[in-house]
Amino acid sequence: MSDLETFRRETRAWLEANCPPEMRRPMTSENDTYWGGRNAKFSSEPQRVWFERMRDKGWTVPDWPKEYGGGGLDRAEHKVLREEMSAIGARAPLSSFGIWMLGPALLKYGNEAQKKEHLPKIAAGLIRWCQGYSEPNAGSDLASLQTRAESDGDDYIITGQKIWTSYANYADWIFCLVRTDPAAKKHDGISFILFDMASKGVSTKPILLISGYSPFCETFFDNVRVPKSHVVGTVNRGWDVAKYLLQHERAMISGMGERGVGRPLGQVAADSVGADEQGRLEDTMLRSQISTFEVDEAALAAAAERAVDLAKAGQSHPAFSSAMKYYGTELNKRRHEILMSAGGIDALEWESERSRGGARPRAWLRTKANSIEGGTSEVMLGIVAKRILDLPGA
Amino acid sequence: MALVLTEEQSMLRDSARGLISDKAPVSHLRSLRDSKDATGFSRELWKAFAEMGFSGLLVPENFGGSGLGCVEAGVVMEEIGRTLMPSPFLSTAVLAASALSRGGSEAQKSAHLPRIADGSLLAALAIDEGAKHRPLQTNLQAVRSGNGFKLNGAKALVVDGHTADLLIVAGRTGGVAGERGGLTLFLVDPKAKGVAIERTVMVDAHNAARIEFANVEVDADHVLGEVDQGAALLDGVLNIGRGAVASEMVGLSEEVFGRTVTYLKERKQFGKLIGEFQALQHRAAQLYIDIEITRAAVLKALQALDGDFERAGAAVAVAKARAGTTATLAVQEGVQMHGGMGMTDQFDIGFFMKRARVCQELFGDSNYHADQLARMKGY
Ligand SMILES: Cc1cc2nc3c(=O)[nH]c(=O)nc-3n(C[C@H](O)[C@H](O)[C@H](O)COP(=O)(O)OP(=O)(O)OC[C@H]3O[C@@H](n4cnc5c(N)ncnc54)[C@H](O)[C@@H]3O)c2cc1C
Repeated sequence: MSDLETFRRETRAWLEANCPPEMRRPMTSENDTYWGGRNAKFSSEPQRVWFERMRDKGWTVPDWPKEYGGGGLDRAEHKVLREEMSAIGARAPLSSFGIWMLGPALLKYGNEAQKKEHLPKIAAGLIRWCQGYSEPNAGSDLASLQTRAESDGDDYIITGQKIWTSYANYADWIFCLVRTDPAAKKHDGISFILFDMASKGVSTKPILLISGYSPFCETFFDNVRVPKSHVVGTVNRGWDVAKYLLQHERAMISGMGERGVGRPLGQVAADSVGADEQGRLEDTMLRSQISTFEVDEAALAAAAERAVDLAKAGQSHPAFSSAMKYYGTELNKRRHEILMSAGGIDALEWESERSRGGARPRAWLRTKANSIEGGTSEVMLGIVAKRILDLPGA
Repeated sequence: MALVLTEEQSMLRDSARGLISDKAPVSHLRSLRDSKDATGFSRELWKAFAEMGFSGLLVPENFGGSGLGCVEAGVVMEEIGRTLMPSPFLSTAVLAASALSRGGSEAQKSAHLPRIADGSLLAALAIDEGAKHRPLQTNLQAVRSGNGFKLNGAKALVVDGHTADLLIVAGRTGGVAGERGGLTLFLVDPKAKGVAIERTVMVDAHNAARIEFANVEVDADHVLGEVDQGAALLDGVLNIGRGAVASEMVGLSEEVFGRTVTYLKERKQFGKLIGEFQALQHRAAQLYIDIEITRAAVLKALQALDGDFERAGAAVAVAKARAGTTATLAVQEGVQMHGGMGMTDQFDIGFFMKRARVCQELFGDSNYHADQLARMKGY
C-alpha cells in the first residue's frame, strides 16, 4: 500500500473518531462559523471540540510548515484531507482572514521574526485579522489610497480612513495599506503594515448591509503609532505584497460556493415545486436552469483542480485567479438565484422560526457582494483582458 | 491524477500539431470543399496518420495498435479541431476502434483492429435516425432470420458513412423505441445487398451519409457484443465519442478565439485599436474564462474515461454540454468581432462556425447532456 493510501486510511479513521456529528451538517447561519480571536466564543460544545482537535493536529492550516503551527502536509496529502473532510461534510474548524490571506503573504514576504510572531497565532485562532485596503475614494482604483504613514523615529504615525473593513469591530489586528511616500507614483509609495486594533487612535463604525447583517465597518486612524518593524516586505513596495494577497483572496472567494454546499439543488427544488411521475421537476424551466447550473459548477470544480495542478507544474499565469474569481462568484450568485426561485414564497420569510431567521434570503443577498468584494467582476475582466490576453490600452 | 498533460501526452500533441498544421491547415478543407472532392478527405494524409500511430491509438497493442487512452485520443482531436482537418479519425480510430475492442469477439478483433491500426480499414458508426441524437429511440428493426438477422430501417448523420469499409449499426432486436433493452450492435458490410448509401453534403463540408437498410442480411457472428444487451456497450462507445468531440470543440474554440484576439490587436476604428474598447475586452475575457473552464471539464472527462469508466458518464455529460455552449459562443463572438469580414466566405472563420454547429449536434447537444445530468442526479 502506498504512503498516500495509508495516509488516507488513517485520516478517514481519525476524522470518523474526532469530527462530532454536529460538525458534519451544512452551516445554516453566521453563528456556525468560528472565527477565533481574543474575544472568541464558541457557539456550541461540538464547535469547540472540533476546533481544538483540528488545531492540535495543525489542521487549521494543514499545508503550512509545522514550525509555524501548520500540519506540514504536502500537496497530495492536503488534497486527501480535503477530500475526506468533504466526504463526511466536515465543516472548516476555523475561518479566518489570517489563514486565507495574510498567512500566505507572510510566508512569502514576511521576515523570520514576523513569521514566528504571527503565523502560529493565526493557526491557533488566537488573533483575528481584518483587511484595511479600501478607502472611500479608493475602491476598484485601490492604488489611489490616501491613508498616510509619516515617519517618526522608529515609528510611523498613521492617519486616514478605511471603509468596508469586514469585521473590523471584532478584529484584533489589521493588515493595512498605507502611503509612505506621497511624492512617488501611486503604486510606488505604498507600504503593507500590521498593527493592533487596540492601538490608541483606532476606531470603527459598523455599516448595515442589505442582508440585515453588518459585518463591515468604516475604520478611522487618528495618529496611530506603529513600529516600523511592522512593515511586511520592503517599504514603498507594499503593492507587491498587496497584489499577492489579493490573488489568495480571489482564490478564496471563488471557492466560496463550495464551502456552503448543502443539499443538491434538484432535491431542494423538488421539495417545494414537486415532481412528475418520472421524478422530474414539475417546473421544467427551473429544472433546466438547475441542470445547466450543475454542468457549469462541475466544470468550475474541474478548473479549480486544474489551476492547482498547473501551479504545481509551473504553468499557471499569475492573473488566473482573477479568471476564477470572476467565474466562481458569478456562479455562486446564480446558485442563490436558483435557490430563491426554488423556494418560492417560502424563501421570502425574513424573521420567522420556520425560515431559521430568513437564512435563505439573507444568504442570497450576501452573495451579491461576491462579485464586488476582493475586486469587482468588471475589474477581474479588465485584468484578464490586459494581463492574460495582452489587449491594448491602459 | 493531475489535470494537466503528462510529458508524453504533450509530445504527442506537438507531433500531431506539427503534422496537422503543416499538411492540413483550414485551406485543406476549403480546397476539398471547393473541388467537391468525392472522398471528402485525403487518403494520403490518413496514411501519414497511420504511420505516426494515430489511427491505432486506441487499438490494443496485441492487435497492432499503441493501446493508449482517451486522453491521448482527445489530444489528437483537439489538434484536428484547430484546423478542422477532415479525417476518419473520429469514426474509425475512436468510435470503431473502441466499439470493437470493448465489444468484439476475438475473431472480430483480429479481423478488423489490425487493419484499423495500419490505416487500411475505414469504419463508421450508424446510430441516429431522427433529427436529434436519441440513441434509445433506435427503431431500425433487426428480425431473426435463418442463422442471422434481417435489418430494415434508416440512419442519418453517419459520419464517414460513404467511405466506410465497415458499418457498425445499432438495431432493435427487441423492445420498443425508448427502451434500453433490445438494442443490438451489428457489423455490416456496406456493400451487402439492400444497403443504400447517400452521401449528404453537410454545412461544415465534412463527411456524412444517410443509409437505408432494406432486408439486409447479417450473419449471427456479425453481432457485436450480445444480442439485446447492446445499450451498455453503446453508452460506453458514445461516451468515448462525446469526449473526443468535446476535445475537438475545445481546439476549435481556442483557435477561433486566438484569431479573434489577434484581430482585436490589429483592426483600427475611431483612431484606436478595437481591442482598446472595454466592451470588447470584457467579452473577450469572458470567453477566455469560458474556454479555460471547459478545457478543464473536458480533460476531467477524458481522464475519467481512462480511469473509472463505468462512472465517467456524469463527467462526460458535463464536458460535452460545456464544450457545446463554449464553442457556440466562441464562433458567434468570433464572427461578430470580425465585423463584416467575419461574414465572408473568403475568411476562414465561417468554417469554424459551421463545424461548431455540427459538433454541437453530434452525440447529443448541450441540452441533451444537461438533461442527462439531471436524470443521473434524480430530478
Ligand atoms: C461584502 C464586502 C466585504 C468587503 N470586505 C473588505 C475588507 O475586508 N477590506 C477592504 O479593504 N475592502 C473590503 N471590501 C471592499 C471592496 O474591495 C470594494 O467594495 C471593491 O473593491 C469595489 O470598490 P468600490 O466599492 O469603491 O466600487 P467602485 O470602485 O466605485 O465601483 C463601482 C462600479 O464601477 C465599476 N468600475 C470601477 N472601475 C472600473 C473600470 N476600470 N472598468 C469598468 N468598471 C469599473 C465597478 O465594477 C462597479 O461596478 C468589501 C466589499 C464587500 C462588498
